Amino acid sequence: MAQYLILIYEDESAWDSADPDTFGRLMADHQRFGAANSDALRGGDALQPTTTATSVRREPSGQVTITDGPFAETKEALGGYYVIEAADLDEALALAKQVPAPFGGVEVRPVQTFD
Amino acid sequence: MNAEVEAAVAEAHRREWGFVLAATLRVTREIDLAEECVQDAYARALSTWGERGVPAKPGAWLTTVARRRAIDLQRRRATQHRALPLLVEPTLAGESGDSEVGEIPDERLRLICTCCHPAIAPQAQVALTLRLVCGLTTHEVARAFLVSEPTMAARITRAKKKIAAAHIPYRVPPIAELPDRVDAVLTVVHLIFTTGHTAPAGTELIRRDLIERSRDLTQMLRALLPDNADVAGLLALILLTDARRPARINDAGELVLLADQDRRHWDRDAISEGAALVRQALRRRPPGRFALMAAIAAVHAEAPDWDATDWREIVGLYDLLVATWPSPVVALNRAVAVGLADGPQAGLTELGELETDPRIATYPYLAAARADFLSRLGCHYEARLAYQEALHLTENTTERDYLTRRLSELAR
Repeated sequence: MAQYLILIYEDESAWDSADPDTFGRLMADHQRFGAANSDALRGGDALQPTTTATSVRREPSGQVTITDGPFAETKEALGGYYVIEAADLDEALALAKQVPAPFGGVEVRPVQTFD
Repeated sequence: MNAEVEAAVAEAHRREWGFVLAATLRVTREIDLAEECVQDAYARALSTWGERGVPAKPGAWLTTVARRRAIDLQRRRATQHRALPLLVEPTLAGESGDSEVGEIPDERLRLICTCCHPAIAPQAQVALTLRLVCGLTTHEVARAFLVSEPTMAARITRAKKKIAAAHIPYRVPPIAELPDRVDAVLTVVHLIFTTGHTAPAGTELIRRDLIERSRDLTQMLRALLPDNADVAGLLALILLTDARRPARINDAGELVLLADQDRRHWDRDAISEGAALVRQALRRRPPGRFALMAAIAAVHAEAPDWDATDWREIVGLYDLLVATWPSPVVALNRAVAVGLADGPQAGLTELGELETDPRIATYPYLAAARADFLSRLGCHYEARLAYQEALHLTENTTERDYLTRRLSELAR
């Protein structure tokens, strides 16, 4: 078995402007996804929007710069993630297809192991 | 004796590489290690076969030697700290990978489906298949794709790393998923066919082994998916195109173009089988690219000679093909057909539009087509320059000889 991180990238403005019904339906979709795949799920959370992000970068000189905002400004931003366990990529992709992400999509990344 | 052994090893390389590698992969579950062991087995074949003679089943001999080497290396490495991820074989949990060679007919299909997994970039899928299934060198694969060797080497390395790190499963996809994966596999098989039809480099124009490999793979896919129009189209294309093989080289070993071929030597059985498949493939609307290419080949197959070819029909089919599959090589073939339908000047105009496309600017057939139209127009000086350019870009010896002959005819 291997672990994968499913990163959910969506348009934040679409979430901001979603009406309460849409918001409620999406939360329910995520709960259903979690309940249906509880065996494979190892973790997962929604993130606060990128307006709350703070980036920290150490320059070669040793100077640490702290800036307001995410590491990269993109239209679709990381808004949540799941950690899953799967036998192989096909199984991971089958799960990824079920992740609700109507305002964008998801990226599947294998977790690196050091043994 | 040495020459005989070398020929046997070369033959086994062409015919058995994919099978030996696929069988070794089941032991190593690591692509690089499997390739290393298979290469090693071929190197040993050169010396051992020289001493003890060529074995009755070279593929089985090579597989045994490659697998033994793999087990040996793995034992030696077992004690070492290692973090290399292994290939995942979901259906093989109970197997040790020691099954008899020849028992598993889809061994290469398993390998090709892994190479053509949708999580791998399309260009890398084809590259990986030519390298792993057909045993082509990185240089040959680079030539087939019109890219530089370092670019191709990087592409192959990246794809191999992804297969291992992301745990792309090493298996034939379940029947339900198979149709979705078919287009990628067919694209790859078609590339193998075209590489065999006109080898990108070397002394042989035709690599029969690659043609036969691509035909075998297509027939296997057809058995799995009898109603798939694209599979039927590709098989038709391979049969109709390869039917001309006996007429493509004359007794002196020289290249004979379609225009000059003795059509009595064409394989009529292959043509009628291909023509029946074209009809099946064209029933799907809109027709797929392989069905269209096969239809073009069928127009040639039905023409009694070059001059009687229905070029209007061919240009019409190329128009549909360019719309379905906008590749620069298809556009080049269409431009040539326009030149044959409407005259060399019209052909040159079409070719001129392609010359600014960096993907095809160094493609030898572009210069060769220009040379041909220029010589028909009587522009012998310009035609010679174009033939020289084509000669400069071609690495296939048989094609070089043909271009040299044309050049000397113009010099007279």
